[in-house]
Amino acid sequence: MSSDGSVRIAFSLQHPGFSMQVDLVLPGRGITALFGRSGSGKTSCLRVVAGLQAAQGVRVQVGDEAWQDDARGVRLPTHRRPLGYVFQEASLFPHLSVRDNLEYGMRRVAAAERRVEMAQAVQWLGLSALIDRRPEGLSGGERQRVAIGRALLASPRLLLMDEPLSALDLASRAAILPYLQRLHAELSIPVLYVSHAIDEVARLADHTVVLDAGRVVASGPTARVLNETGDLLPLGEENGVLIEAVVGLHDGAYHLSRLDFAGGHLWVTRVDIAVGGHVRARVLARDVSVALSPASDSSIANLLPARVLSMQEEGPDRVLLRLEADGGTPLLARITRRSRDQLGLAAGMAVIAQVKSVALAA
Amino acid sequence: MTPADVSAITLTLKLAGLTTVLLLLIGTPIAWWLAHTPSRLKSVVGAVVALPLVLPPTVLGFYLLLLMGPKGLVGQTTQALGIGLLPFTFAGLVVASVLYSMPFVVQPLRNAFEAIGSRPIEVAATLRAGPWDRFRSVVLPLARPGFITASILGFAHTVGEFGVILMIGGNIPERTRVLSVAIYDHVEAMEYTQAHWLAGGMVLFSFLVLLALHALNGKTRVL
Repeated sequence: MSSDGSVRIAFSLQHPGFSMQVDLVLPGRGITALFGRSGSGKTSCLRVVAGLQAAQGVRVQVGDEAWQDDARGVRLPTHRRPLGYVFQEASLFPHLSVRDNLEYGMRRVAAAERRVEMAQAVQWLGLSALIDRRPEGLSGGERQRVAIGRALLASPRLLLMDEPLSALDLASRAAILPYLQRLHAELSIPVLYVSHAIDEVARLADHTVVLDAGRVVASGPTARVLNETGDLLPLGEENGVLIEAVVGLHDGAYHLSRLDFAGGHLWVTRVDIAVGGHVRARVLARDVSVALSPASDSSIANLLPARVLSMQEEGPDRVLLRLEADGGTPLLARITRRSRDQLGLAAGMAVIAQVKSVALAA
Repeated sequence: MTPADVSAITLTLKLAGLTTVLLLLIGTPIAWWLAHTPSRLKSVVGAVVALPLVLPPTVLGFYLLLLMGPKGLVGQTTQALGIGLLPFTFAGLVVASVLYSMPFVVQPLRNAFEAIGSRPIEVAATLRAGPWDRFRSVVLPLARPGFITASILGFAHTVGEFGVILMIGGNIPERTRVLSVAIYDHVEAMEYTQAHWLAGGMVLFSFLVLLALHALNGKTRVL
């Protein structure tokens, strides 16, 4: 049944004060995000897949290979599972040079089964200047790049990444994300990516699984999952929608680009992607306001006709509006309660959504 | 120095060397188990291993003598196996020394293993290294300072052992008369010159060993 390369993960966990129940079939390529607040069981999930943590009724199947099937008494030890694991802290071997760290897993894979070359990994991850150094001399971001390279060079059939960016400062995170996107484009192996950062998920993941208190609350294409289950997620100020769009045209004179999607378009600062190229845009609820008529005297250029689907009070002063732009694209807008009353908003009304800013996620 | 003194020195070095090697072989798995087991027996085993630290050597020697003697459990076993009795033999000294110096080898190794933690071992496992491979390629190099400390302490403690030896080894030249006993004999006989040669030699030897090991271990602290 899994000859399409899909990844099947099923297990249950019982700890005092925590129980977990997972049964997932995930795509056999691209990046799948395991998303949820801390303590939701994301890391346990990866550890069970890797065979580092015991659980009950475990079934881990990658393509047509069963790594573990308790019902049939199959359980490969961790070192016999062709996986790559990138831990939260890079965990490089301190007694080995960067080169020896990179070669550690590679040397333990038969030459005929190696699918990633040293030269490739070094180029993808920009490691050539680091190769002869010692781990203790590297920055956090450099260490994590080496750790990713080390995992890749073991030619995994499934790459597990446990919040690989969370131990890094903002600058290092920003520097390493493009490398991850490049890997995504170049590699055919499936990746399970644990994260609690919505921007990482929005930017990297094709498929997203949302975990909450040990249960799977949603699993599906990233945009759909994030837009439909946003309320369940611990997003706060980061609450918003993800819009899949294509670059419609570039306006060279004003240095802008137009992103087209079902039922509308958004103008953004010129993007470095050819016309017709695919982009993901994140529009946060706090960046969207509404008006009853299109304002011609406003500096806000992105106006989308929309309909109010529902309203939900958030605290004493604020209201979250759930909107649907023409063409079915969902939007969220966060306004004050006073604005709602002054405009007399109600479910079903037609409004103009004013989008103040758009973050590009890919 | 008399030929008897020279033989006491060689006997001591032989005893301490053999004891250290045996202790590294036996102590490593015990230290590993103590560092990683979730078992409740951990504190019991830890206490038993540490017992020689607090027991007077004569007490340990007394019970070993009884245990290895003709009526003791070990003594009867060794006789049945055709080995004979262990007290007053070199083999008996080795057995007693291994027990007596055990905590000095197990404790540094256990500390070293605990300091490494489970993460590097897990990382190695995700990189296709089997259990023995992980131990050899990750644990051994990372625990190197611990092994060096364990070896020095085990060796030095065995060289300095006196009470246990007297209890179960007696004072048989060439067989069980080790350095510390020889020094005691010289002092008893008022032969202070000979005692100085042996005692001073011990001081110099110990100092040189520590110096060499510090140099060997580089920046890491040995003791």
